[in-house]
Amino acid sequence: MELTFYIAASVAVLATIMVITRYNMIHALLYLVVSFLAVAVVFLTMGAPFMAALEVIVYAGAIVVLIIFVIMMLSLTREDVEQEKAWLQPKLWIGPALLSFVLLAELVYLLAIADMPATASAASYVDAQAVGLALYGPYVLGVQLSGILLMAGIVGAYHLGRQKKKVIHRFLQQEEAQKERSAAL
Amino acid sequence: MTAIPMETGLLLAGILFMLGLISVMIRRNIIFMLISVEIMLNAAGLAFIVAGSHWAQPDGQIMFIFILTMAAAEVSVGLALILQIYHQLKTLNSDAANFMKG
Repeated sequence: MELTFYIAASVAVLATIMVITRYNMIHALLYLVVSFLAVAVVFLTMGAPFMAALEVIVYAGAIVVLIIFVIMMLSLTREDVEQEKAWLQPKLWIGPALLSFVLLAELVYLLAIADMPATASAASYVDAQAVGLALYGPYVLGVQLSGILLMAGIVGAYHLGRQKKKVIHRFLQQEEAQKERSAAL
Repeated sequence: MTAIPMETGLLLAGILFMLGLISVMIRRNIIFMLISVEIMLNAAGLAFIVAGSHWAQPDGQIMFIFILTMAAAEVSVGLALILQIYHQLKTLNSDAANFMKG
């Protein structure tokens, strides 16, 4: 159990170091996913399985995919098929693959000793039911504030991310059209 | 089969937070700075989980849920701002945005 924690912790630190030293954004994001997965395994060994699932779903799933979408929208480089082929060199994905393989081995090991949460860390195991009861009991105000925050985030992202269209008055529009026509001639 | 000592978990959270802080200081690419902020938020959440596991209370995990919510809202607004900066300045260098006034 302790060994699992230490392995996952070193994988997390290693992957994070790789994140902050990459030059290519996509490679950094690949290592970032591994780092989040490693932290999820740490949560599992800490007796917080629900948070481990949330970490994988929200951080490694939603947030990283959002960043990838924005990088794709920016279309930073004129990467074509050759570039894609160059990116898929084994030396690029072998690092994240090895690190996540270590995490997979840990997961299999933890599943093999299936009664892990009940016996191993019985003192510190907090299941999802206790979290839910506390979340909608004493912390219900925080839940409502989170809802307001998410609403503000949606509205803010929509407002900021909108492309401003150039608005031209209809008189000026005619002038622009004339100018274009004379430029074409 | 003993539980993990609290100091080790907090040390891991501290190391991850320091890595994020270093990255946000040495990087000038604004997307990398956003990623580093995510790393730091994650490390802070890890510290909450460690503390909640030490006292076997659900409060630490609830704080982590709130941090998760905040990170999701922050990254969506931050990415919208990055899109705007890129369309205005045609670069992702954060130093290029040093002329903004008021």
